[in-house]
Amino acid sequence: MNAREGDVDDVLVALADPMRRRVLDALSAHPQSTATALAEKLPVTRQAIVKHLTVLEQAGLVEARKQGREVQFAVRPERLERTARWMHHVAAAWDDRLSAIKRLAEDP
Amino acid sequence: MVEDRIEREVVVAASRERVWEIITQAEHVGKWFGDSAEVDLRPGGAIVVRWDKHGTVYGMIEKVDEPQYFSYRWNPGIIDEKPTNEKSTLVEFTLTPQGEQTRVRVVETGFSRLPRSESERAEQFKDNSDGWAMQLRDLNEYVEQLPVQPSGR
Repeated sequence: MNAREGDVDDVLVALADPMRRRVLDALSAHPQSTATALAEKLPVTRQAIVKHLTVLEQAGLVEARKQGREVQFAVRPERLERTARWMHHVAAAWDDRLSAIKRLAEDP
Repeated sequence: MVEDRIEREVVVAASRERVWEIITQAEHVGKWFGDSAEVDLRPGGAIVVRWDKHGTVYGMIEKVDEPQYFSYRWNPGIIDEKPTNEKSTLVEFTLTPQGEQTRVRVVETGFSRLPRSESERAEQFKDNSDGWAMQLRDLNEYVEQLPVQPSGR
């Protein structure tokens, strides 16, 4: 685990919103989409899409790239994977504690 | 998709009362969680876990409903600091009888409410990682030196 990359909570906050998860899903199905293209696929305005993309970008989950006059977005999987690993790590610690509880409780 | 929630379960071949003791009595908490512990088993009471090599982690008990539900807030992995609400996660234990056995479910939520500032966040993340790694090592050592029990899984 890299201590310099303490962005787990940003990622979780970004993912806490169901519409942001849909934006991220839509973007992974259609890489290099513009906010306008995403707004056509989802039941919210382009303005709302832009706000969600901003939060996702600040959390490091998407990146914006200027392509001529339009801005295209793409998913950056690294932080998502790192957050998943961190949560997995916390879950593994609970598995170990539950195993220890089990052994103690079953000790006659 | 990553969720702001961890949920784990184990089935224990012991009565719910027995499992309740292990989860809530300081003498036992000191074994499965740290090197020693204090538990003031009431809402608002302190739960304190010490590691000889590392320091002390503080939590505050939220709800006690013997023998089926126990919850506390803590700053996971944060050493020598009292918990505050905006920094803490909530840990909930639910004990359900299953025939002669007991199902233990632990749910930890609130990771997305960890502190906001960049430096604080980096610091806590470092502490978290170190803390968890340290606990895993210590737990493995503890578990390995226990006598082998017949498997109840």
